[in-house]
Amino acid sequence: MLIIWSFIIYKAIMCVAVFAVALGIAAYSTWWERKFAGLLQDRYGPKRAGPFGLLQPLADGGKLFFKEEIIPNVSNKFLFILGPSLVMITALMTGAVIPWGRPLHLDNGDLFHLQITDLNIGFLYLLGVVSVGVYGIMIGGWASNNKYALLGAIRASSQMISYEVAMGLAVVALIISSGGSLSLNDIVTAQGDGGVANVCWQPLGFIIFFVCALAETNRAPFDLPECEAELVGGYHTEYSSMKLGLFLFAEYINMFISSAIMAAVYFGGYNMPEWFENLYRGSVSLDTFALIGMVCFVAKIFIFISVFMWIRWTIPRFRYDQLMNLGWKVLIPLSLLNLGITALVQAWRNGLF
Amino acid sequence: MQLTNRSRDVSNKEQSFMEKLYLPGLLKGMAITGSHLFKKRATIDYPDKKRDIAAVYRGLHVLKRDENGAERCTACGMCAVACPAEAITMESAERKKGEEGLYREEKYAKIYEINMLRCIFCGLCEEACPKEAIFLTDRLVPTEFEREDFIYGKDKLVEKIDKRIDVSARQTPEVLEFKKIKGLKHNELFEGKKISDKKH
Amino acid sequence: MSTLLLNIPVTQYMFYFLSFVAILCGMMVVISKNPIHSILYLILTFFSIAGHYLLLNAQFLAVVHIIVYAGAIMVLFLYVIMMMNLNEKDEPNKKVFLKIAAVGSAGLLLLTLVGSLKGAEKMVAAAPLNTNVGLIKNLGQTLFGEFLFPFEISSILLLAAMVGAIMIGKKDPVK
Repeated sequence: MLIIWSFIIYKAIMCVAVFAVALGIAAYSTWWERKFAGLLQDRYGPKRAGPFGLLQPLADGGKLFFKEEIIPNVSNKFLFILGPSLVMITALMTGAVIPWGRPLHLDNGDLFHLQITDLNIGFLYLLGVVSVGVYGIMIGGWASNNKYALLGAIRASSQMISYEVAMGLAVVALIISSGGSLSLNDIVTAQGDGGVANVCWQPLGFIIFFVCALAETNRAPFDLPECEAELVGGYHTEYSSMKLGLFLFAEYINMFISSAIMAAVYFGGYNMPEWFENLYRGSVSLDTFALIGMVCFVAKIFIFISVFMWIRWTIPRFRYDQLMNLGWKVLIPLSLLNLGITALVQAWRNGLF
Repeated sequence: MQLTNRSRDVSNKEQSFMEKLYLPGLLKGMAITGSHLFKKRATIDYPDKKRDIAAVYRGLHVLKRDENGAERCTACGMCAVACPAEAITMESAERKKGEEGLYREEKYAKIYEINMLRCIFCGLCEEACPKEAIFLTDRLVPTEFEREDFIYGKDKLVEKIDKRIDVSARQTPEVLEFKKIKGLKHNELFEGKKISDKKH
Repeated sequence: MSTLLLNIPVTQYMFYFLSFVAILCGMMVVISKNPIHSILYLILTFFSIAGHYLLLNAQFLAVVHIIVYAGAIMVLFLYVIMMMNLNEKDEPNKKVFLKIAAVGSAGLLLLTLVGSLKGAEKMVAAAPLNTNVGLIKNLGQTLFGEFLFPFEISSILLLAAMVGAIMIGKKDPVK
């Protein structure tokens, strides 16, 4: 029984930690988004709440909590509340399979894995959870009983389904070239210890994955579902108070998680460049080394989040037909091409020719 | 007529391959926004730091008192007539016995209102005033939530006895001297006879 | 971990719970008046079936089930039904004959199911339960080895269906 209890406690610690980190980083992404936008536009971002405006996320959260909560009289109340909850739940669930660092060594000789669970189908789990995330938006949009909300929800779902295809194909190519394991931990460890980052083998796949990640998170330039110029506010037109906050917050969590996935599977996750690794390897304890790896991972995630924001504050939104053309006529053929080339190259590497 | 050299002809011609790739264009745009990371901010830290204003800045009005603390305004209405925006209204009253310390002349403004939403801060009231009573200062009109709050009465306009408003920034000795020469074309307008010629 | 899960009786409770949810939601699909609710219940049913796959240690099947059925097909269902204006007052009155026919055919289906399940308790597993058969590696080797031909045939079937859908969806050429 002791083993089971220690197992449960360890899992609970990891779950709470990932939950808290995801929420914290999402909150501070909103701050960094505004600060970064300020930097790009030659102005200050938020700066009145606390030093450098660091308390701004708390102020925003407090404001959202205390705002009046409006539930449309004619809508289905249960589904109306279920929508944002589902969006938030699926956004947080994706963090379960991401390896945050090398295992830590406990006093009794056990290893403390910095990953909630190392599923052998880790990547498929991610795709599955993302595909379920569509429901939150669709149900929320439909339950609002508002034509703009419904149109926004339908746009969101068709966009997410369309880009999931290309994303899945990019992932398949990645898995072929990285050794055939779907476990994220295996993919990350394969890139360390003399291996190279997967992006060297999969540059096209990475670009496809990145574009799809932008579309999946409903970020600019693919933020048509909440296009305020055409659809008032898209699927969250009727939402107010913290339920609106959940929608907005889930976007940032999704952005964090997709940055983490890209950093992990294409850029080596907690592995670091060789010259950097040589500075520390051997001279510090294994636990410290693992922590340095985690810092590297967080730095990579930070860079990706910043690039997401950089793109958002640079280019305007796509038109809807352009979005669909890009998804179906460009990205899917490209990812099929990428898949074919990857398979041929891998067959050649395995000595099949 | 060409106003700028940035205008481009609109055309529906087919995009070239490089344009269709979209990524070079995206990277170009990102390079432009990215370069702004290293540029000087255009904004200032407003409430903490204020931009320098011109020495002759025309802001919120003040109704001055004389050195004894009596209101200078005699409700002659010159300012209201001069006002191109018709922002000033007033109502005069006669000074009673015992009020000599409050009002300098026998006639005074019982009500004196300036609608700050109409006012264009041109400063003509100041030039029209024969009693050196109204001046524009370097203060700003604060924002309000109601339109009514922008109609400033005497309570807001007349300076407090213990808190005199300094108008010397605009009212330099040269300006005051200049104002006294009523023979000048510029000041002549407010002599009285020309005003009636003004077309409405 | 997986063998541990299979040995403790918690899985039994989970099995009953998931079965209960699956059957309840399956019934609610039929009973609910609002087609949107029907679809949402159907999605729940799919999730509980995915849970059953997990209990059988078939993680790959479970996730693919969620991605394909819950994540894509049901979204399209929902998509179509949300676009249609299905109010209760617009529901056309069904003819009595149709109702009787529906009840009759459903009863026949029930009869068939009961009849086929009657002898089920005597059934013996053809091979001892291999708990690893649902893992992606074994599944892949089975699919691309033993069952390669049916697998390819089914992909051709899907391709044919796709071509057919495109043909139906295409605009008529201008005459």
